[in-house]
Amino acid sequence: MLAATGLHKRYGSLVAVENVSFEAHPGEMVGLLGPNGAGKTTTVSMIAGLLAPDAGEVRIDGALVRGETDPVKRRMGFVPQDLALHDELSASENLALFGALYGMRGAALRDAMGRAFEIAGLADRAHDRVGTFSGGMKRRLNLASALLHDPQILLLDEPTVGVDPQSRNAIFANLEMLKAQGKTLVYTTHYMEEAERLCDRIIIVDHGKVIANDTLDAVRRLVPGVNVLELDIDNPGPGDWAAALRQLDGVEAVACEGRTLRVTVRDLLDISPRVLLWLRDGGYRCSHMASQRADLETVFLTLTGRSVRNA
Amino acid sequence: MTAFIALVRRDLRLFFLDKRAMTMSFVAPIVIASFFGYLFGGASDREPSKVAVAIVDQDGSSVSRRLIAALSAEKLLEVTPRTLENARESVRTGKTTVAAIIPAGFGAGAVGGLLGGGRKPNVDILYDPSRATEVAMIRGMLAQHLMGAVGAELGGGRPLSLPFEVRDEAVTSRKGVTYNSMAHSFAGMSVQFVLFMGIDAGMIVLLQRRSGIWKRLQAAPISRFTLIGSRAASATLIAMIILTVVFAFARVVFGVKIEGSFVGFVAVCAAFSLVTATFGLLIAVFGKTPEGTRGISILVTLILVMLGGSWVPTFLFPQWLQKATVAIPTRWAVDGMDAMIWRGLGLSEAVGPVAALLGFALVFGALAVWRFRWQES
Repeated sequence: MLAATGLHKRYGSLVAVENVSFEAHPGEMVGLLGPNGAGKTTTVSMIAGLLAPDAGEVRIDGALVRGETDPVKRRMGFVPQDLALHDELSASENLALFGALYGMRGAALRDAMGRAFEIAGLADRAHDRVGTFSGGMKRRLNLASALLHDPQILLLDEPTVGVDPQSRNAIFANLEMLKAQGKTLVYTTHYMEEAERLCDRIIIVDHGKVIANDTLDAVRRLVPGVNVLELDIDNPGPGDWAAALRQLDGVEAVACEGRTLRVTVRDLLDISPRVLLWLRDGGYRCSHMASQRADLETVFLTLTGRSVRNA
Repeated sequence: MTAFIALVRRDLRLFFLDKRAMTMSFVAPIVIASFFGYLFGGASDREPSKVAVAIVDQDGSSVSRRLIAALSAEKLLEVTPRTLENARESVRTGKTTVAAIIPAGFGAGAVGGLLGGGRKPNVDILYDPSRATEVAMIRGMLAQHLMGAVGAELGGGRPLSLPFEVRDEAVTSRKGVTYNSMAHSFAGMSVQFVLFMGIDAGMIVLLQRRSGIWKRLQAAPISRFTLIGSRAASATLIAMIILTVVFAFARVVFGVKIEGSFVGFVAVCAAFSLVTATFGLLIAVFGKTPEGTRGISILVTLILVMLGGSWVPTFLFPQWLQKATVAIPTRWAVDGMDAMIWRGLGLSEAVGPVAALLGFALVFGALAVWRFRWQES
């Protein structure tokens, strides 16, 4: 079990992470969610040993993680947000190097590399230069590199950035398989839909602080009754044309993306008619309307007053 | 140890995979050393370039004619008779190095001057100030041949010669071995370009710090000594490979031989390679960004190389500078290589340079370990 307690990190006057605590258990995937700059990467970096916390501690099965060469670090695998691969080397040379960092060699290393290539789906490209790989293939290899030494805990920092849908699905399938094998996974992302699909436990971070930490359903229940109206407007106005909608009582948030208007409302039956009337009085034509339950994006919006993407 | 070896192997592999950079590491020192070596004498008995001299003979006496004939016979001079205006213009435009003006009445005046009677005539010398060092040589030749010409006038045609003969000997490693200027040139240039490789070694670390690879290294249970030490080891090996290739070329193409202790030569090369590796570590440790660090690193390297005597021998430096440059590692490297290559000195003479170089490597390495930032700020 991974236990992070009271993690704190400050850069000058900027508090990057403030008193972050959570636990992650075997067979569980914990999602660390938040906008860019929320402190997710700093938190994961402290857990992985890349950064020393100003305060707080990280324990794995009760053992404190400290120092560069702490053997406890062998129980963790780290998938950094930036691709950690040498483009000039072949895929197998990259894996051999990263395996050697954990003292692996000989038959054990070869076997581990074979398994890693199977996971990445790159067995037939093992001897090709990584520079010739697509972005998705590199991401898969990036993940496989962290699995070579069979870590108990896997830390994934935005592992799907810039990935095509096919590779993204492959990565998701791998993560679900690892979870089924009993691995502990900590997954940072600002893609709420990824967290909703994969994570058992959600930790929402904003400005370095944990603002929610619970199961997915429990986090959703933090904003009871909240729904999102999605409307297709035929004649949207210029710029932030629907900003005035926010002034209506019961409207939590408004977001315009092209012709699509998303309005977060507290009470579906009471507020929806007011929104429609506002549109009609403004001379707007609506060709389609749908409503959906509050997702994590909505939860974040409701808890912080800001959209994850705009935060 | 597995991680250490894997990291060294990776660095070597990356060096050899970058064909363009690798080729430049070998070709650049060879081309530039060959050029400088050729410029300063080369390995063969090629004919030296001549100094262009203009003579303005306003006298037309037998003395002036003998003088012009004697100067024209000099192998190092290319003598051309000119008018005064033409000679001045030729010197001004850099086509002629020196113009000597023999005034009217010079012959008679010179004879009288030699015998102690009458006023001595002038020989006006016009010279190109950018080539002032050659003026002294021509002034000496002029004096020598003037004595001959005036003496011949007095002696009825028999030239007056110097009352002694000068015999000179270039002292090299042993009798029969001629000085090969390629030796110093290859020593100097290989030192320069190996240091440039050291800059690249440091730059690679700075670039890696920006990438996910550095984070993966940090996440692994390896020490900073493994990280720094492997980088130093690989840079040392690469430096040794460059030195081996460059001096092998010099041996095969220009006949540059290690006339002294081969073991001493290898020791100097190995010690200097270690200095280069730790110099690269200093760059990696003290540099903040690759962009900002590259320029200052090149400047520092060029200063080290210049003061170390790679471009021009240190005996040309002022006395104080010659003493000051013992604090420069490149000076010990160049002097050590010179001592082992063409001076033909024994292993004991390599001990000083090797010890000095190892001392520099120790200081650089200690500074690098001390200031190494494991974490990003």
